[in-house]
Amino acid sequence: MKVIRGSLDHIDRKEALRYAGYAGVAGVTAGEESAALFDECERLLLKELSPAAVYECFPVRRGEGDELDLGFAKVRSNSLCRNLNGCSRLVLFAATIGVGADRLIAKYNRLSAARAAALQALGAAAAEQWCDKVNARIVLEYGAARPRFSCGYGDLPLKLQREIFPALQVTKNIGVTLTDGDLMIPEKSVTAIVGILD
Amino acid sequence: MNFKTFLKNNIVVLDGATGTVLQARGLSLGELPEEWNISRAQEVEEVCREYLDAGADVVYANTFGANCLKFGDRTEEIVRAGVMAAKRAARAFKNKFVALDIGPTGKLLQPLGDLAFEDAVNIFSRTVRAGVAAGADLIAIETMNDTYELKAAMLAAKECGGGLPVIATCVFGSDCKMMTGASPEAAVALLEGLGADAVGLNCSLGPNEMLPAVQRFLKCASVPVVVKPNAGIPEERDGKTVYNVPCREFAAQMRRMVELGVRAIGGCCGTTPAYIAELRRIADSILPAKVEPKNLTCVSSYTHAVYFGGVPVIIGERINPTGKKRLKAALREGDMAYVLNVAVAQAENGAHVLDVNVGLPEIDEAAVLERAVCEIQAVTDLPLQIDTSDISAMERAMRRYNGKPLVNSVNGKKEVMDAVFPLVKKYGGVVIALTLDEGGIPADADGRIRIAKKILAEAKKYGIKKSDIIFDTLAMAVSADGTAARAALDSLHYLRHTMGVNTSLGVSNISFGLPERDFVNGTFFAMALQSGLSAAIINPLSQEMTKTYKSYCALAGYDENCLDYIAYAGSVQREKVVAAPSASAGAAEGAPSLKYYVEKGLKDRAEGAAAELLKTVSPLDVINGEIIPALDEVGKAFESKTLFLPQLLMSAEAASGAFDVIKRAFGGGGEPKKLKIVIATVRGDIHDIGKNIVRTLLENYGFTVYDMGRDVPARAIVDKAKSVGAHVVGLSALMTTTVASMKETIELLKAELPDCRTLVGGAVLTAEYAAMIGATKYAKDAMASVRYCEELEGELFGDK
Repeated sequence: MKVIRGSLDHIDRKEALRYAGYAGVAGVTAGEESAALFDECERLLLKELSPAAVYECFPVRRGEGDELDLGFAKVRSNSLCRNLNGCSRLVLFAATIGVGADRLIAKYNRLSAARAAALQALGAAAAEQWCDKVNARIVLEYGAARPRFSCGYGDLPLKLQREIFPALQVTKNIGVTLTDGDLMIPEKSVTAIVGILD
Repeated sequence: MNFKTFLKNNIVVLDGATGTVLQARGLSLGELPEEWNISRAQEVEEVCREYLDAGADVVYANTFGANCLKFGDRTEEIVRAGVMAAKRAARAFKNKFVALDIGPTGKLLQPLGDLAFEDAVNIFSRTVRAGVAAGADLIAIETMNDTYELKAAMLAAKECGGGLPVIATCVFGSDCKMMTGASPEAAVALLEGLGADAVGLNCSLGPNEMLPAVQRFLKCASVPVVVKPNAGIPEERDGKTVYNVPCREFAAQMRRMVELGVRAIGGCCGTTPAYIAELRRIADSILPAKVEPKNLTCVSSYTHAVYFGGVPVIIGERINPTGKKRLKAALREGDMAYVLNVAVAQAENGAHVLDVNVGLPEIDEAAVLERAVCEIQAVTDLPLQIDTSDISAMERAMRRYNGKPLVNSVNGKKEVMDAVFPLVKKYGGVVIALTLDEGGIPADADGRIRIAKKILAEAKKYGIKKSDIIFDTLAMAVSADGTAARAALDSLHYLRHTMGVNTSLGVSNISFGLPERDFVNGTFFAMALQSGLSAAIINPLSQEMTKTYKSYCALAGYDENCLDYIAYAGSVQREKVVAAPSASAGAAEGAPSLKYYVEKGLKDRAEGAAAELLKTVSPLDVINGEIIPALDEVGKAFESKTLFLPQLLMSAEAASGAFDVIKRAFGGGGEPKKLKIVIATVRGDIHDIGKNIVRTLLENYGFTVYDMGRDVPARAIVDKAKSVGAHVVGLSALMTTTVASMKETIELLKAELPDCRTLVGGAVLTAEYAAMIGATKYAKDAMASVRYCEELEGELFGDK
């Protein structure tokens, strides 16, 4: 099991704007005023980031139909079966940009809805960026892989989080906790399965 | 011998990792180690014995995760079995101690997470009671990532621990911070305040990486410092996880710590009995360093500590309703947003601590103060001064405060000391003591000094240190008594320089009854600083006060190379340049209109333009002619997707800024709408941004909105709707799993308030889904909510 820490020096603006709902409409731009808003919020957020991740490799075994033995848990999922096609190993990871982002969003949630919305979008983009870095590191270490797959994608149940957390000792290693409803806090956190191609 | 005495006279050797050793014995991944207390009790006992054999003085029972979140009704059985196993192992030895081990719950506390503070206290209390009943010799709270959870555990240990000693250790990263941001100084302040017998660090890092944080602990702690590092960092070798600092090296690094003054040593993840045997040799070869009291006067927040006695501390006085119409109204209406903005403005203008006083006769002060303290801590990391004369309000706020609070105040009256000192002792605070008593405020310095001495003597009976009291020698109106300033300053000087205690003053009282009060305040502030004022309760937004403070710090040698002064002077000059032209900008020919500024979301400009317009145009015309049309245009653009959410919200904020200007000038924002709306994110869901956006827009359009926050049970929503007479209940859910709570809420509403409409929204909902769970209306976005409420307003209250 490996625990890694890292940093981000900027946040992908295009992605952040997409999360804020800007993308996909021809001729519509974010505008000068919201550029200033996003600049300000990016500066605030970068100061609060403390990206961390934990990961480990597990063997994959297939059972009857959509049954999978993931090494840390058994699960039934068609979509994950398809995703793990051609893989006899997987790397399970959990990653977070830290509790500072939540705190900042909570602060502006009370003070400025516009900033809260921008921070929310920037935080989501930052979490994805950090996951990309972690994912790249995993590929470097273990070789070519399938696109990462998370609980809630397709028919992979959210309940699987309950088994991922002890398997990676997520709370102890990177401080992410699960609520009673199986949501992760800090919110800008991701757990995912990366199938390693044989 | 009891553990406290042992700790006083010895370097204490604690044990090493339990998890690591149990894994070597076959504990499988994901299996709860505490299960072994029942299923493999013999082996748990053996592990304890191995550590004791290796030379540990204290063995931690296998109860780290033994709480009712994980074990429910079996908690007591598991804790008892864990403590008993350790006790059986210790029976053969002399002077060995068994610690009830308490780790984190694994959940994050509110407001960040979903575990309520008192629930956390109850969870820990259950484990503590079971451990005490099983005969533990001490309580070891460890691996804490969050000061708030740490406080909950400490309270449980103190309230249910039957007087057992407590040692508490936290996890620090290589940046010397806990996960939720606390510095070593903040952790020490909190823990010593709550009465920990030893404090320190464990887990996460190896000894060398821990050293910088350990040194900071040693510098500020007046109790023994404990260090329990990992055996370095885990690495993968041949498919196995191993830690990278071997036994001998670990010992060499730990020796250095003991030489620096660390008084209790042990190991965390990756350490084994072999490591502990090395630590035993160290403990036997070095005499224990004396733990010196540091006599620091210090308060803390969840991130940092503020010390008194060096650079004078600024306590922001603005959150106090006395003489403030706007704040009074906000508190009566439960409008926390206004209070939070006052908090943030003071923080941005250089306050180090914020005073929080919500005392109004017509409100439930205890409830409002508790809420204010929690909410303010969500927007600022400054320590707070809990300011109330209501003892129950004081206790609730001190209990819920995340850190070591400043408390305002106690005085020389017996009755007040009897009530306040026990709270200061229990919750660990620094208290402001006013030099007055049953006989009133003495006119001269001598009388005030006598009272100060009396207060000190009484505090001592409770075990409250001199350093935890700050004396306020009371600035009274100089307009009523020409010697008022002299009496306050002479006693202040004596207290600070002869008695060696810290001092504070509510500076601006001095000018009561005089014109241009700031002139007098500024000079009195300078005199007080020169007399030895440690903390000033002032308005940090007052330029006169800030000017005096910055100049004083530069002159008194607190501001190296006058850098801070120069930066401040620069900002004042910039303000002048900016302020000059913009004052007339609104009126200038061809200047953009208020409508333009609202559309573009430029809040400051919109406020300026509104103020300017109000000179010539009626408030209602400003609203209907400028603000509402701007909002409508932005709303339409949003609906046609030519403009997006952040822009919509920026406009909303600019509009509410302009509304505020109108309200301030005329005490009303046009005709209020009659529709009352209760809004909440349903039980189980913690996402509230969408709901907040809807609230912001609805308020903008003049609706009365009662926001209940997130994760709200059906019962609470229905009760609120009943009590305020809501016409609409707006519910938000982001997760498929919480749509069930939404359905439950709607059903309860239909049963008890059949006339109330429900408006639902959130990422997972669709119109079909909304119909299926019985909602009156589905809103696809925030604007749709506004449109629906406007329609309803017309329908119910039309004919205006």
